[in-house]
Amino acid sequence: MLKIENLHIHYGGIHALRGVSLDVPDGQIISLIGANGAGKSTTLKAIMSLIPMTDGRVSFDGTDITRMQTRDIVREGVVLCPEGRRVFPDLTIAENLTMGAYLRKDKESIAKDTKWVYDLFPRLLERKWQLAGTLSGGEQQMLAVGRALMSKPKLLMMDEPSLGLAPIIIKNIFEIIKEINQSGVNILLIEQNAKAALEISHYGYVVETGTIVLCGPGKELLTNDQVRKAYLGE
Amino acid sequence: MDASTFFQNCVTGISLGSAYALIAIGYTMVYGILRLINFAHGDIFMMAGYFTIFAIVDFHMPWYIAIIFVIIATVLLGVAIERAAYKPLRESPRMSIMISAIGVSFLLENSATYLFSGLPRAFPELGFLQKVYHIGDISAPIVTFITPVVTIVILIALIYLVNHTKTGMAMRAASKDFEAAKLMGIEINHIITITFVIGCSLAAISAILYFSPRPMVYPFSGLMPGLKCFVAAVIGGIGNIPGAVVGGFIIGIAETFLVASFPSLSGYSDAFTFVLLIIMLLFRPTGLLGEKIAEKV
Ligand SMILES: Nc1ncnc2c1ncn2[C@@H]1O[C@H](COP(=O)(O)OP(=O)(O)OP(=O)(O)O)[C@@H](O)[C@H]1O
Ligand SMILES: [Mg+2]
Repeated sequence: MLKIENLHIHYGGIHALRGVSLDVPDGQIISLIGANGAGKSTTLKAIMSLIPMTDGRVSFDGTDITRMQTRDIVREGVVLCPEGRRVFPDLTIAENLTMGAYLRKDKESIAKDTKWVYDLFPRLLERKWQLAGTLSGGEQQMLAVGRALMSKPKLLMMDEPSLGLAPIIIKNIFEIIKEINQSGVNILLIEQNAKAALEISHYGYVVETGTIVLCGPGKELLTNDQVRKAYLGE
Repeated sequence: MDASTFFQNCVTGISLGSAYALIAIGYTMVYGILRLINFAHGDIFMMAGYFTIFAIVDFHMPWYIAIIFVIIATVLLGVAIERAAYKPLRESPRMSIMISAIGVSFLLENSATYLFSGLPRAFPELGFLQKVYHIGDISAPIVTFITPVVTIVILIALIYLVNHTKTGMAMRAASKDFEAAKLMGIEINHIITITFVIGCSLAAISAILYFSPRPMVYPFSGLMPGLKCFVAAVIGGIGNIPGAVVGGFIIGIAETFLVASFPSLSGYSDAFTFVLLIIMLLFRPTGLLGEKIAEKV
């Protein structure tokens, strides 16, 4: 499991994270919700060592990954599907998936996972040789998720996978997130779509201006007045 | 111009163009990954010329060992430059790293002047390369005929590497998005090093081929070829490897024919390259094979 303790991040003079602590226990889906600019993406980037942290400790399955290189963190099984898809536009779908498996050598299990991804997203299989840059937004999002799965995550962190998608596809994405979790992958999910996220989450955290202000089981947060007002628009 | 002069010029132009193409590939690959115009590239090429002289004249190496020595020395120089002058500026604005590249260019030119003196040094013979060979009416040193062959073989190998290997895929991925590439576990610095290794090996090979039919090397020998090959890369569409080769050929052939057809204008042959550049930037700023310019986010 993933354990974050007292994470602090500064962007120049801006104190973006002010002591974030959270846990992702095995087998669960954990959501991180909060307003724009609250520090959700920053938290995930810091876990991946994409930005330096001022203070704090991150451990995964008992290993301290606080100041590891990004590639070693990926090797440990922590994978980020970043905000805004970030597929490689000049690479085909198949090549993007190959890049997801960049650190893996086990040809057979790569082939198995490729098949799994194509089963999850048949659309990707149809367009295997199409350049990712020419895919629609929804297709790119499927590819981004598929590519992350190709890294064989033990913990998959998803930053707003439903952003900009049509409602019907959003429903589909949340179904798939559940399916991925049931296949044994822990999930840390960031969502604007707080309702849908909390519904499938075992546990949720609410971030406000760089600190966790509230946490609890998904169902409980859904009925919490504060959450309902601020994030569910009720 | 009669037929045999025409063919003679073709052979010379294609050969010169091939040598340019090899240098232009270095510009275009480094640009592709770092969005940096490596102004020191022409000077690295010049240093490779000196390395050849040292290997053959001063160290008495046999030519085939000398070639390997020159490639290794040039690669080490290029990678050292990247580590010392570009890598520390990875997070800085792009202009800083450009200025650093210009600085390195001056540094190499002036160090060469200081260390090897400003006097030109004669370029040695490498094995059979300078032996004159006749095909019909056309006669030229063997190197002139070999250069295009070498360039084409290298181009094919590079296209294979970039399009069909995992490393090449990682290069293409990183060239668009460093952060996403890192999330795949790709080591960006490793990819950048590979790019410099390739670019500098090609500059070394080009130096051997380019200087062989020419009498000497001096500290500013890299200046004009460097600028012209930068123009070649832009004409072909910077970032595009086959484009760099096409650009190299265009400049090499055009320059040769210009000098041959209008000997009185030969003093302007260098200026002509830049006229080509301006025309290109006016009418097709993305280059012949370049696609729309997508700024890296
Ligand atoms: N590179 C950066 N430089 C300076 N400030 C930054 C940088 N990245 C993020 N910030 C700031 O840090 C704060 C947290 O940003 P973050 O991207 O983590 O928000 P978020 O919770 O993911 O928001 P959103 O829901 O809009 O994606 C914001 O105030 C943002 O302006
Ligand atoms: Mg965000």
